[in-house]
Amino acid sequence: MEVIKIKGTEDTPNVILDAENNIIEFSGRSLPEDVVTFYAPVLQWIEEYAKSPNPKTEVIFRLEYFNTASSKILLDILLKFEDIMNDGNEIVVQWYFQEDDEDMEEAGEEYSEIVDIPFEMHSY
Amino acid sequence: MENVDYMNLVYDFHKEMLANKFTLVYEGEITHQITKAFTSLAENKMDSYSEDASMKKKVFHVMVECLQNLSKHAEESDSIEGKGYAGNGIFIVGRLDEENQGYHVLTGNAVETTKVPELKALLEKINQLDKDGLKELFKKQMREGSLSEKGGAGLGLIDIARKTGEKLEYNFIDLDDNNSFFLLRTKISRK
Repeated sequence: MEVIKIKGTEDTPNVILDAENNIIEFSGRSLPEDVVTFYAPVLQWIEEYAKSPNPKTEVIFRLEYFNTASSKILLDILLKFEDIMNDGNEIVVQWYFQEDDEDMEEAGEEYSEIVDIPFEMHSY
Repeated sequence: MENVDYMNLVYDFHKEMLANKFTLVYEGEITHQITKAFTSLAENKMDSYSEDASMKKKVFHVMVECLQNLSKHAEESDSIEGKGYAGNGIFIVGRLDEENQGYHVLTGNAVETTKVPELKALLEKINQLDKDGLKELFKKQMREGSLSEKGGAGLGLIDIARKTGEKLEYNFIDLDDNNSFFLLRTKISRK
């Protein structure tokens, strides 16, 4: 399967989607000019991945900042992984937040309340 | 003579900005580039007087959401076209006069008068809710809302209220038969 590696910038996140090495990771800042266009290949990749996922997938979020438009898309991403889980695969979200960043911690908690995927919270 | 008037006008602007502690005033089109420039300007400025991390984050967040609201909503109306305020907005960042030395972000943009009741209802709803109520509203909107063509998620105002813990101050002024001017003030106080 195709590997997607998008290098982060000051307003777009670093994205790694690598099925073979089982690495799915989003890090950095997300406030792209056009969230829909930026995340379209990501959502497409996950749909493709859903056809033959690894038995266990860890989805890593290590975001410093995201705007509200991104928060909606992040939920869409999580819902896609929830579908994969409901198909009988194991999914875990690893949610990282800076030690004193209550907003990012709370954002992780909120997502975990909306989707059924188990979340593991880590401060760094 | 006209020349002198302009000189006085600029000087008056300058005095007004200082008197009101406005550190950034912009009137015009809000683009992504402008958003990036203003937020990094504010970050640098706050760094220069060692502003604390949590305040910096809040100001950055409110600025991003306010600027995105302006860029997404200021040009939606066809009837605004050709009236001189299409796609434009005013954006101001200032220091609060109060003892705690916080900040406020003020925005203004034209909206179609037909959209005012809906916007007013949302603002009133947000202002009535407490922390938990806002959290639930945000989650509900995230689940049920969809992204508009321009990437708006309908979450910006809710999020601003959540992050600042302040009520949103707003006003609508009639521009003409079809259009109104929407003014919003968000305080970011030191808590």
